Amino acid sequence: MVKNVSVVEKILSANDQLAVEIRQQLDNSSIFSMNLMASPGAGKTSLIERTLHKLAALYEIAVIDGDVATSIDADRAAKAGATAVQINTGGQCHIDANMLRIALNELDLENFDLLLVENVGNLICPASFQLGTHKNILIASIPEGDDKPYKYPAMYQDVDALIINKIDLLPYVDFDMAYFEKGVQFLNPNLVTFPLSCRTGEGIQAWISWLTGLIKNTKTT
Amino acid sequence: MHELAITEQIAKIANKHGEKNKASKITDLYLVIGELSTVIDDSVQFYWDLITENTLCEGAKLHFKRIPAVFRCNGCNKEYNLVQGELTPCPHCQSTSMDILQGKEFHLDSINII
Repeated sequence: MVKNVSVVEKILSANDQLAVEIRQQLDNSSIFSMNLMASPGAGKTSLIERTLHKLAALYEIAVIDGDVATSIDADRAAKAGATAVQINTGGQCHIDANMLRIALNELDLENFDLLLVENVGNLICPASFQLGTHKNILIASIPEGDDKPYKYPAMYQDVDALIINKIDLLPYVDFDMAYFEKGVQFLNPNLVTFPLSCRTGEGIQAWISWLTGLIKNTKTT
Repeated sequence: MHELAITEQIAKIANKHGEKNKASKITDLYLVIGELSTVIDDSVQFYWDLITENTLCEGAKLHFKRIPAVFRCNGCNKEYNLVQGELTPCPHCQSTSMDILQGKEFHLDSINII
């Protein structure tokens, strides 16, 4: 005898629930946290290095690096002054809340002011998995092309800030900034945006000031 | 690849509810997937048979109910859909400001058990 049983459960509810718990854990430790997402090569690790050069002397910073394989990124972050933990996702295209939870166990969160989570390079999958971090940041880069907001709407819709990296390459690449910004504005009106170059350092200060404000805010509340 | 993670979750949720209801077998799963959620039915189906072997879900059939995306324009208040699968400005007034009314759903609605 076949019986229909009502379920009505979100497929990613287990992940979302873990993300809520992670947020609680981070809040309890007064640590400000970010999930950095981008396509491969957009400059996630370079931005982390730049950020560390500016802030490592002022704050205790932890970096959790997600990659399919190797510890190249965590090594770079450690060299630049962070306490780094590498997650090898074993082929998975994203970090999920459970992987982050396990990595967090390796850190004494009370000792840190800022946590940077470097997600796996991918513009599709990480958008579906909440991690519980305070801000979701997307790094776009000029050589990727100006059509990315149109092609990866889910990623652009759900982020809290956008970095446009490699602006030093604008003179050499066919990148229509107005077209790009129109797409971004459509998907995520009034999104905080930082055009910058991790190579030359142009525009980095605006990003650092914004980030510093958020770290201080977390410390005082 | 993220369809594998998702398919595992689907199986986990279904097995949990199957066990709770003392099912000897789960025969059907009814999934609701919004047009805006980035899930490919075929990939889920592909992983399904591999990961449900020797569980309550073995041999169960997946049914996908697709919910079309609906937007409400903040300019003229009219509702509109995706145009050939793409997000466009409002076809009535060209405004790019809109709210998503539906299309992001992604849940398991019910299961059939015996």
